[in-house]
Amino acid sequence: MFRILKKNIKTGKVTIPYAPQAAEAPGGFSGAPVIDPAKCTGCGQCVAACPSSALAMIDKDGTGRTFRVSYGDCIFCALCGPACPHQAISFNGKFKFAARTKKELRQDLLFPLQECRKDKLFISGDALPVKTPAENDRDFSGGDFAGHLSVEDIGRKLKDRIRHLFGRSLHIREVDAGSCNGCEVEAVNLSNPFYDAERFGVHFVASPRHADMLLVTGPVTRQMELALVKTYEAAPSPKLVVACGSCAVGGGIFNENYAVTGGVDRCVPVDVYVPGCPPRPEAILEGIFLALDKLPLK
Amino acid sequence: MKPVPEMLKEKFGGVVQKHWEESARQWHVLVAKDSIVRVAEFLIGTFAMRFLFLSGSDTRKENGFFSLYYVFSFAHEDRFLIVQTRVEEKDPRFPSLSRFLPQANWQEREVQDMLGLVAAGHPDPRRLVLHEDWPPGIFPLRKDFDGRQKIPRVAGDYIFERVEGEGIFEIPVGPVHAGIIEPGHFRFSCAGESILKLEIRHFYTHKGTEKAGEGKKPDHLLCLAERISGDNSLAHAVACAQALENLGEIEVPPRARFLRVIFLEMERIHNHMSDIAGISLDVAFSFGASQLMRLKETLLRANERLTGTRLLRSVAALGGVRRDITEEQKEWLLGEIGKIKEDFDETIRILWQMDSLMDRIEITGALKKEVVEALGGVGPIARASGVDRDMRREHPYAAYKDLLFRVPVFTDGDVESRMKVKVREVCESFRLIHDALQTMPAGPLCGAPKPFRPFRSALGYTESPRGECFHWVETGRDGNIVRWKVQSPSFANWPLIEYAVLENIIPDFPLINKSMNLSYSGNDR
Repeated sequence: MFRILKKNIKTGKVTIPYAPQAAEAPGGFSGAPVIDPAKCTGCGQCVAACPSSALAMIDKDGTGRTFRVSYGDCIFCALCGPACPHQAISFNGKFKFAARTKKELRQDLLFPLQECRKDKLFISGDALPVKTPAENDRDFSGGDFAGHLSVEDIGRKLKDRIRHLFGRSLHIREVDAGSCNGCEVEAVNLSNPFYDAERFGVHFVASPRHADMLLVTGPVTRQMELALVKTYEAAPSPKLVVACGSCAVGGGIFNENYAVTGGVDRCVPVDVYVPGCPPRPEAILEGIFLALDKLPLK
Repeated sequence: MKPVPEMLKEKFGGVVQKHWEESARQWHVLVAKDSIVRVAEFLIGTFAMRFLFLSGSDTRKENGFFSLYYVFSFAHEDRFLIVQTRVEEKDPRFPSLSRFLPQANWQEREVQDMLGLVAAGHPDPRRLVLHEDWPPGIFPLRKDFDGRQKIPRVAGDYIFERVEGEGIFEIPVGPVHAGIIEPGHFRFSCAGESILKLEIRHFYTHKGTEKAGEGKKPDHLLCLAERISGDNSLAHAVACAQALENLGEIEVPPRARFLRVIFLEMERIHNHMSDIAGISLDVAFSFGASQLMRLKETLLRANERLTGTRLLRSVAALGGVRRDITEEQKEWLLGEIGKIKEDFDETIRILWQMDSLMDRIEITGALKKEVVEALGGVGPIARASGVDRDMRREHPYAAYKDLLFRVPVFTDGDVESRMKVKVREVCESFRLIHDALQTMPAGPLCGAPKPFRPFRSALGYTESPRGECFHWVETGRDGNIVRWKVQSPSFANWPLIEYAVLENIIPDFPLINKSMNLSYSGNDR
């Protein structure tokens, strides 16, 4: 007992203050790519280097080219940086992205196609990989088990009331719907002495029946779809859903294949999207607060 | 001694149709399908070779057959023997090894599910990877299967094995569990508190990762490999990179080899710390849990400072590494690991003195060495049951040949032994990082990439924090990747838990599970 006390006193306080204003991560986290529109020529080199659907070029009628950056799909691999011949891509630790809609996670740069073609390294639209970014909030009514969802859940009228109710304490059920475990590592870290999410009244519970919010990770595999829908149904209304991690936002690197549905909003209604692969603990916390409307103004 | 393939030829004559050396340290022999069992028995019995894994691929376009690759380790000569055989589409049966080699059980069932071949004589022909609501005739790893299609659902039930008798009841657990962990299903048959039988039903997180890897560029394949098992990102990425380097005969520069060791050991430390914290939490000793989670966070922050990512993603590259450690960072890291080690030692010393912890972990979840060997158990779990084996020593990769380290082995096989192995491994890892930092030569970070030759296959492996992790790649006509097989340590170790819990009480299951800390995603892929 004495040794435990001694060790605890020696350790001191390690909990870090929550800094909602800080948009950049501490200590060297490289984060998502930031595109400098002044340097970018729309050549498409980065799109070829990107392993997910985060970077895409959409050519229209042979005249215009839209360079679409979908942060929801970004896996933070940083392969695009070195691929850019014009040093237009930098990484400065940008990591907080939580948003209520996928539209907010998107950035479009428009180029006249003729200008792009002048670049020696221009890649035409046909030669670029076909990508399907998770652009819009999807309709969960198309899911295999949508029939299990009751009408009350689908109606969103209650959401304002929820935010009022959950003002001081929030019980979260974490649901892994097929993630690689990376998001779980960070969700567990939320309870470590550094982040100590309990100080904000955020508490992870063992059953969906005790939960006000589901924190869902993973691309929702085909074999977890029913379990997710059942878990959602088991949580009492009103409830909130946070899709945590790029896979949960839009399938991430797994995108759409035979074994995954391609995002949480394909199966159940989602309130907040938290991109990242995995998101840092602060980013998950930000998403939780955004869902509660408790986020201080930036 | 004559090379093994020649000795096989002498012993089996015409059964061995061909033998060749495909890449460095990789012998291949092509044998007739019907003699697989005899050849495997001979290799294991006479040469004390160890069966590692079975991979199948659809090569019908090239040669009209499905190909099966049985990969054996010959630690004695630091070589691998790949026994290849061919299976016709018309007669999709292949002889099952499971009766004499229980570790082939899941391997063969996976081949059945994914390729539509049939393991003749397999004692348990149920589905493994694809659950019962998949329609019959869907074989995702066949080349004529479009990986982007949506599969309809059909009705079907998995039949659990039943234990019957007075007072016996079943407890179903999962796939959604109580903690922040991955999904899987456990079916316990109990009498009172004692567990009489546990059956695991997994693959809920099957993401079609191997199929998704087909046709990928090397960089993109590494990104996928990093997302097979989140906390073992780097071990998978390095194993995958080594397979590709082996395939393309790419030379990894010495500095990159040392950097790989440093980062791989950083990964081992944060994994083991998290496991020990979990054990401590599961016996409700929160001091240990919060102290070790604090130390783990310190390590993740060190990772972040060195590489820009907390889980060491985007560190491995084809031919080397993407991140360097500068002279200044080296000094900082040396100081940092010194502090963390001291802190860790202090915490662990207190843990060993806590009766409330020791009471729960001694003799709990004991695994016998015979069970571990029969089921092909790997990693710290095997080493806690007296199996003295470590890929870093048996088949050294990266810079492990140039560094000294001990492989801790304990014999009781219980939760305490597994914890002891992990504690000792953490200490060895600190030493490895220290030594690697001190002896790391200067030089480039990445070897020059070369195009892959067509119709080749190659093996890459690491001793991940959870044990042996194998990546197997095959190229097609244009030298592109047509098959990527991942054998994660958890796929080898999951069946062990069914034995570890026997005669233990239900409340100890979370503790036993945590002490083994197997990855669901790594298993299900």
